[in-house]
Amino acid sequence: MDILKFSKEHNLFRERLKAFLETEVTPHVAQWEKDHIVPKSTWKKMGKAGFLCPMVATEYGGLGGNFLYSVIVGEELSYTVHSGLSANVHSDVVVPYLDSFGSKEQKEKYLPGCVSGDIITAIAMTEPDAGSDLAGMKTTAVEEDDHIIINGSKTFISNGINCDLIILAAIDPAVTNKHEAVSLYLLEATTPGFKRGRQLDKMGWDSQDTAELFFSDCRIPKTNRLGDAGSGFLLLMMKLQQERLVCAMCAVFAAERIMEFIVEYCKNTTLNNKPLIRSQAVQFDIVEMTTDVKLGRTFIEKLCADHMEGENVVIETSMAKYWTTDMVNRIAEKSMDLCGESALLESNIIARAKRDVRVMSIFAGTNEIMKGIAAKFMGF
Amino acid sequence: MFELDRSQKEIQKAARDFAKGEFDNNLTLELEANRKFPKKIWEKAAELGFIGIQFSEDYSGGDLGILEASLIAEAFCCVDSTLGIALTLSGIGSELIARFADDKLKEKILPKICEGNMLSGIGFSETNHGLDLSSINTCAEFNGDTIVINGKKTHVANRGTKGAYLLLCRTGQKEEVPSKAFSMVWVEGDKKGITLSDSGPKFSTNMMQSADITFENVIVPASNLVGKQGKGQVLLEKFYNEIKILTAAQSIGIAQGALDRSLSYIKQREQFNRKLAVFQITKHKIAQMAEKVELARLITYKAAYLFDKGKAGSCLISMAKMTAARAAVEVADEAIQLFGGYGYMKESEVERFFRDAKMTELSFGSPATQKDIIADAIIGRIK
Repeated sequence: MDILKFSKEHNLFRERLKAFLETEVTPHVAQWEKDHIVPKSTWKKMGKAGFLCPMVATEYGGLGGNFLYSVIVGEELSYTVHSGLSANVHSDVVVPYLDSFGSKEQKEKYLPGCVSGDIITAIAMTEPDAGSDLAGMKTTAVEEDDHIIINGSKTFISNGINCDLIILAAIDPAVTNKHEAVSLYLLEATTPGFKRGRQLDKMGWDSQDTAELFFSDCRIPKTNRLGDAGSGFLLLMMKLQQERLVCAMCAVFAAERIMEFIVEYCKNTTLNNKPLIRSQAVQFDIVEMTTDVKLGRTFIEKLCADHMEGENVVIETSMAKYWTTDMVNRIAEKSMDLCGESALLESNIIARAKRDVRVMSIFAGTNEIMKGIAAKFMGF
Repeated sequence: MFELDRSQKEIQKAARDFAKGEFDNNLTLELEANRKFPKKIWEKAAELGFIGIQFSEDYSGGDLGILEASLIAEAFCCVDSTLGIALTLSGIGSELIARFADDKLKEKILPKICEGNMLSGIGFSETNHGLDLSSINTCAEFNGDTIVINGKKTHVANRGTKGAYLLLCRTGQKEEVPSKAFSMVWVEGDKKGITLSDSGPKFSTNMMQSADITFENVIVPASNLVGKQGKGQVLLEKFYNEIKILTAAQSIGIAQGALDRSLSYIKQREQFNRKLAVFQITKHKIAQMAEKVELARLITYKAAYLFDKGKAGSCLISMAKMTAARAAVEVADEAIQLFGGYGYMKESEVERFFRDAKMTELSFGSPATQKDIIADAIIGRIK
């Protein structure tokens, strides 16, 4: 029995996306990994073809689809084994803030561009001294007549180089309660005083343009605040559930891709004239790994279904985020062990897969933070 | 046994001081990005006697044991995992020359290795997956005073024309039993008929480039045969035993290095107005990391100590290698987690320590291979 019910429209969308990725993405991944960025033109192509922000309403150019469209995008992107074209970050993590909390004017101004790919978005929360402790952020937003002046810096920002629009979390230094001081703002990358810092060299996600961002007396209109003044922390908490669910989903998809690869590898590689897969220890490994992945798949599908029904699944989502991202790392490492020395060559896709998945247990809230949240909401 | 003697402690300290003085993270990152061997540091390390300390003084070695060589490998890797590995493996393969070659070959090779004039690599595998004796097709034919080599080896450290390679070659018929079918031959990199093809970027230690090497009618003097003809398989096991101890030593250095970096980070990094070091979860993580390093060091030193007494078998050595490498992978992985986002950045070092740890785990036999060796030794032959 399928937990998630995909309609005919969903399936057609998937087929179209598959074809798009095969021609417009997969052949270029190696180059993008070298370039450390995905060209903006590809984002635009993806938008024009209707694969960005499928949940946005049709009046803004979207499909007005449900969360299953995001599931499809995440799943199909996993076949491209790269993280640069982070459509899920844009469509399911950043744009939903605008879509859910933006005013009519803000939505009219920005949403069509987000859907078409003309506007690439980034969300700027993390700071050098405020990672897990988000409320410890120091970037300030000070009102001055009809404007807001932004000062500070952010780091580890996905799409940091490509982004045209930033959803920025900053504090009003006049408010003493840290949680009530945070507001969210829409900041265009053309704003004077905004500077992109260096692109960060990472273990993996080579094609993803993760960067530092700097704000020096950036003047933005007051109307660019998202939601009420001081509501930032609450808005973040409301949307982080979906971000973490997407993260868990992508962890399971990545694990499934790794399994497909490693099973083929073990069938096609011989040791002492015997395919690896004929070895009992290899068989047990593959069975255990597949069990792990299937548990993850069942867990996230149930969570997706609950999430789509609007249920509060913050505990389960925190559990799923930590468990699935740890799981995919176990799977990647075990796969390296099965590949032996060949896993040490980047020509083996497992090498890149391992480097890429390592960040998953860190971003979107470290797995330690996930356990802390679950413990808190379980009433401990 | 449970304490190093004074001279061993001095060697340990000298190695640590040298590494702290010479190694530099920015330099390592540059060498890694450009895939360049740390030539200057290697030459300096050799000059100071850190390379080939386990070889005889007659050949510019230090007349000491594998335990002392392990202490150096550990100290180097603790300061910088990648440079440590690159230096420790700079003369790889020459172990067999030192232990089994005749004096003439020793004289020709070992001083160059110890003095930092020659890099060497091992050409054993012929598939990317790793060593599989049944797949070895490179053959060495004896032709009077010379040996003629034909075949192709994969994933060999590229040592250029000034370097050399220890090759595992088939010298017997295809039907011959493995214990008589193979021989070890030393081949200088400047010989005619050698073609290198770059293996491309690697998961770690990019400063040691790998290549697939083709040998086409490569002629070397018959005196380049290492040990006896047909004894390649036995030598292979001897080689693995020695190199696996050094690999375990690298692993404990990597693990200790990752632990040290984690300790300084958690004592300095504040979140939620508290140092990370005061959270119970952090403390327990650190406790387990330290425990893993301690256990790995115990078994590694024991294996090295007994090896020098001629009493270490492949069972204990494989256990040491497997345990130490696992400790390194787990400790470095936890270090990344403690560092959070910074841990994933190249500048943090710990992400590189992790990749290097994984290399020690997969080199010279994956964990499954080590388990096979251990089990065979413990269970014995079943009738």
